[in-house]
Amino acid sequence: MSRQSLSKAHEKITELSWEPTFATPAKKFGTDYKFDKSPKKDPLKQILRSYFPMEEEKDNRVFGAMDGAIRGNMFRQVQERWMEWQKLFLSIIPFPEISAARAMPLAIDAVPNPQIHNGLAVQMIDEVRHSTIQMNLKRLYMNHYIDPAGFDITEKAFANSYCGTIGRQFGEGFITGDAITAANVYLTLVAETAFTNTLFVAMPSEAAANGDYLLPTVFHSVQSDESRHISNGYSILLMALADEDNRQLLERDLRYAWWNNHCVVDAAIGTFIEYGTKDRRKERDSYAEMWRRWIYDDYYRSYLIPLEKYGLVIPHDLVEKAWDRIYNQHYVHRVAQFFATGWPVNYWRIDAMTDTDFEWFEHKYPGWYDQFGKWWEAYNRLAYPGKNKPIAFEDVGYEYPHRCWTCMVPALVREDMVVEKVDGQWRTYCSEPCHWTDAVAFRPEYEGRDTPNMGRLTGKREWETLYHGQDLADIISDLGYVRDDGKTLIPQPHLDLSDPKKLWTLDDVRGIPFGSPNVTLNEMTDAEREAWAASYRANPNRTPSGV
Amino acid sequence: MSTPAKEKKHEAPASFPKPEFTGAEAGMQTFPSSTSRSYNYFKPRKMRATVYEDVTTDVQPDPERHLSQGWIYGFAASDGGYPLDWTALRSGNWHAFLDPNEEWEQTIYRNNANVVRQIELNLQNAKEAGAYAHWSPTWTRFVAENVGAWMHAEQGLGMHVFVTAQRSAPTNMINNAIAVNSVHRLRFAQDLALYNLDLSQSIEAFDGAAHRATWKDNPSWQGVRENVELLTAVDDWAEAVFATNVVFEPLVGVLFRSDFLMQIAARNGDYITPTLIGAGENDYARDLRYTRALFSLLTNDPEHGEHNKAVMQGWLDKWVPVSTHAAHELQPIWSQPADRAVTFADSCSAATADFRTLITELGLVMSKEQ
Ligand SMILES: [Fe+2]
Ligand SMILES: [Fe+2]
Repeated sequence: MSRQSLSKAHEKITELSWEPTFATPAKKFGTDYKFDKSPKKDPLKQILRSYFPMEEEKDNRVFGAMDGAIRGNMFRQVQERWMEWQKLFLSIIPFPEISAARAMPLAIDAVPNPQIHNGLAVQMIDEVRHSTIQMNLKRLYMNHYIDPAGFDITEKAFANSYCGTIGRQFGEGFITGDAITAANVYLTLVAETAFTNTLFVAMPSEAAANGDYLLPTVFHSVQSDESRHISNGYSILLMALADEDNRQLLERDLRYAWWNNHCVVDAAIGTFIEYGTKDRRKERDSYAEMWRRWIYDDYYRSYLIPLEKYGLVIPHDLVEKAWDRIYNQHYVHRVAQFFATGWPVNYWRIDAMTDTDFEWFEHKYPGWYDQFGKWWEAYNRLAYPGKNKPIAFEDVGYEYPHRCWTCMVPALVREDMVVEKVDGQWRTYCSEPCHWTDAVAFRPEYEGRDTPNMGRLTGKREWETLYHGQDLADIISDLGYVRDDGKTLIPQPHLDLSDPKKLWTLDDVRGIPFGSPNVTLNEMTDAEREAWAASYRANPNRTPSGV
Repeated sequence: MSTPAKEKKHEAPASFPKPEFTGAEAGMQTFPSSTSRSYNYFKPRKMRATVYEDVTTDVQPDPERHLSQGWIYGFAASDGGYPLDWTALRSGNWHAFLDPNEEWEQTIYRNNANVVRQIELNLQNAKEAGAYAHWSPTWTRFVAENVGAWMHAEQGLGMHVFVTAQRSAPTNMINNAIAVNSVHRLRFAQDLALYNLDLSQSIEAFDGAAHRATWKDNPSWQGVRENVELLTAVDDWAEAVFATNVVFEPLVGVLFRSDFLMQIAARNGDYITPTLIGAGENDYARDLRYTRALFSLLTNDPEHGEHNKAVMQGWLDKWVPVSTHAAHELQPIWSQPADRAVTFADSCSAATADFRTLITELGLVMSKEQ
């Protein structure tokens, strides 16, 4: 189509909507934002007549690459260390994708602008595409990668593991609560505009460096839809900014969404990239360096800061705090260490770090070895069953952390841990912003104003509570993370499949009791709790030499 | 606050790790689960799961299946996730529904791309062949007004019934089927709009604005518009889908598209409109397959079948009069074309017969006055 006929076509399509007079669309999903004063902003336009063939073409390239990878024996060159983490990543990501599809009616309900409705409806079907194409990629991995265990239980594991629950926020946050908070600020302004860069650009390049060129094919294809989604979100933001009353809510939601995305996405993607890779070339960017480029420069400086000209207060402090956590407080490394500590209740295997890895980490994150080196040496030493329990149950100077009630990643930057009584229960938080999210933001009143549509934190938020006082072997059986011989565990703290004696079984973990930190916390007296909190914050949690 | 040592411009690394043999291919070693190569957390309908089942099942988790911590975010006044009380219907097992069309990424894009390619080709050929040249002024006006008006019905239902409903059902299987339904309708609405644009550019006397006036003000169309607007206002997702695909579509949509337009267009020298309308009919036939599968599963539910039948019967009693009214209001347009090959009564009895068959298949009955 010529440019002229394209613009005529766009104009024609705007004629499809009308002002109803008999009845108006049901308002199923409320918002406290107001759009009565908003000028109508147009997002990037998409005509379905050109959209479907364009996407089909992209799909054909993906399917072609899949065939090629199988014919070319791609898996003979794929790094197991990398593929194992895909069992976690690909169990999580199809849910946020499909949730993005489900979020579209929330935004459509809230925003009275048919132009945006059309863009959002196209995004809806994009997201169905993303979700199913990712499930299909995972299916291919299950069929062709050496160890299918963990891929074979994928959506069940996603639904019953502590990691799945962390990831589920990046999805449930799109589809619940205030329609604009969820479907615009959290989903589009932050998750898609900021964090899809690390998800869909940084991750794929790391995959390629580890011999997997299918992940890049699929995820670049997914990413190519993202600019339209970002444009939808930006148009809604500009409309929201037209009403002074929305500022306060936007500022609240940017703080919540930014911080929650950082906690969740950086934890996961940071770990996959830093601990899933075998590529230790010094010139390879670290996650911190990628973050600095994609999130700090490209998002914060080029997208968020310019919004100040509309009078919006940007959460500068939280951007700096996130950076500080990633670079100076070793957030990603603490998360990876926690995942590895918790290996018996995972559904993938985690490779030990070697001297080559140590050297690279120290180069990229000075001080890394002091904090983590000895622990990873212990992890390596305790990798096989027989003489010892899993590392979490051996004394290696690592104190099991309490979980953050809000983001559900544990309070790993220990000095920042917050403990407060909220809704009659003692809760721990990884940081002050996470405490604020629960105690202040997700409430029916905010800074003296009614926010009747704001969502709520619900569910059994501390995973360990479900299994308090149970035997580790029973827990793993209940989770279903057992291989098809009925006794060998899916998770292993190493990659060696050649020797059955090196593989942990239910018998190796029987008799180990498991406890909930939160249950214990709520049983403490005030004095006990204060003493505990002080020592928690003060504990450097460093493995001493000679353990 | 420090930043990474090198604040240099970021460039792609000059080198790339050398591929090495890792032996990480299926079958290269034998160990527990080394052959466990199917998703094992759901029971496929047949021996082996289809790709569709694999890529769709359990992606939307469910506390009644594997979701152990429950939904972790809620609405202010109701639970989050996919509350079962978002419809009055009940099921012993919502997960039993599988879309007979097995829609997933590949089928969605393949089918819709084929349709739009076919339509574009037809329109291009029509232009080149001067196919509109012998349209009579009466027919030209008929298409501008009435075929044009229908685009709005498609748009309204696509956007405010189906896009909305795909947020709400208890399983991914149901929601994806509804999402695909919504893009069919939105695409068809755009097909009609762009056809309308083509005609304004090809036929001098074609009034490209008439469709809006007709839809908004022409008395014949007000019943249809009222029906569509009422459908968008329904809160219960299953009721909205039922009242649209089981009631409105047979009694109004198929009546207008198949039992009227498709019968008369050729006789009025129009070979193009039927190709577009045919594509819409095809979409509906496809969407009716999942609709029928969904609602018959619910009427046959061992535990809740009777309850569901009663609820659906109530919906019939509520919506059949609305759609019957819309159909009758539309009657005057049957006498507009020069060649009136079918009467309103003919069209109506064809549409009603199909509707009765559908209702009976679902185990529901027509009340007498219907
Ligand atoms: Fe997406
Ligand atoms: Fe947190």
